[in-house]
Amino acid sequence: MPFSKVPGKKKEHKVVIYALSTCVWCKMTKQFLKDNEVEYEYIDVDLSEEKEKEHVRQHIIEKGGDLSYPTTLVDDTILITGFRKDKLKEHLQL
Amino acid sequence: MTQISIDAVRARAEADARTNGYYLIPDQELLQLFLEGLKVNEERYGYPTCPCRLASGKLESDRDIICPCDYRDPDVQEYGACYCRLYVNKKVYESKDLPSVPERRPLEKQAPAYRGSSKQQEQKPEATAAPSQAKQKLWYCKQCGYVTYREEPPYLCPICKAKRELFAELKTTVEYSG
Repeated sequence: MPFSKVPGKKKEHKVVIYALSTCVWCKMTKQFLKDNEVEYEYIDVDLSEEKEKEHVRQHIIEKGGDLSYPTTLVDDTILITGFRKDKLKEHLQL
Repeated sequence: MTQISIDAVRARAEADARTNGYYLIPDQELLQLFLEGLKVNEERYGYPTCPCRLASGKLESDRDIICPCDYRDPDVQEYGACYCRLYVNKKVYESKDLPSVPERRPLEKQAPAYRGSSKQQEQKPEATAAPSQAKQKLWYCKQCGYVTYREEPPYLCPICKAKRELFAELKTTVEYSG
């Protein structure tokens, strides 16, 4: 899938955000990680090709998510639904 | 392509909040982002789908997430805010403490937004369009008489806030004579 990478000083964890370009809480999540200098990758699902959307759907469901945006995956194991500063801080040690 | 101004989007949301006794999210910066999201979706799809949900671009599948979505009223009633938290009740507006609102939209309603639009799949909607439309019915609110045409009755009547149980199917027959 074509993810966009946002560089940051903190690279201890692999952080991936499934987002929508129109979603306010997705923007807040991206901004929060940027402000905390966390490196992350994201995909705006609404701007993606159809086959990519299906991949995203399968992947989120496989990880136990409920297709809400943003869905953040930390190290491909910890799934965070919505803009949850507390959970991001906890799992990314911020 | 539909063109709409951000002021028109704001005026519509404010009027709808006023009509229903709701408030818009108190943070003005976030409110602006919500309005921009709605504007983008309206210009992209021709109707303002929820900025927090993935739309299919097909009105038939997106009808329930046109803002204000079908799930707003029960969500505001239960959690004090809609799924996006664009619409909130007075308590949330005054406390500025936004609740967490889980997704109420069923997964099967979300599925069309993820279906591919390859040539093979493009033929599917046409083939299924007729049965899908056939599922739509007329429903009326037994409390205030509001009538709507859709697959299922709304969670709450948008006019008098009666619960779904107070909706009944309105059956019509057309007779030809002479």
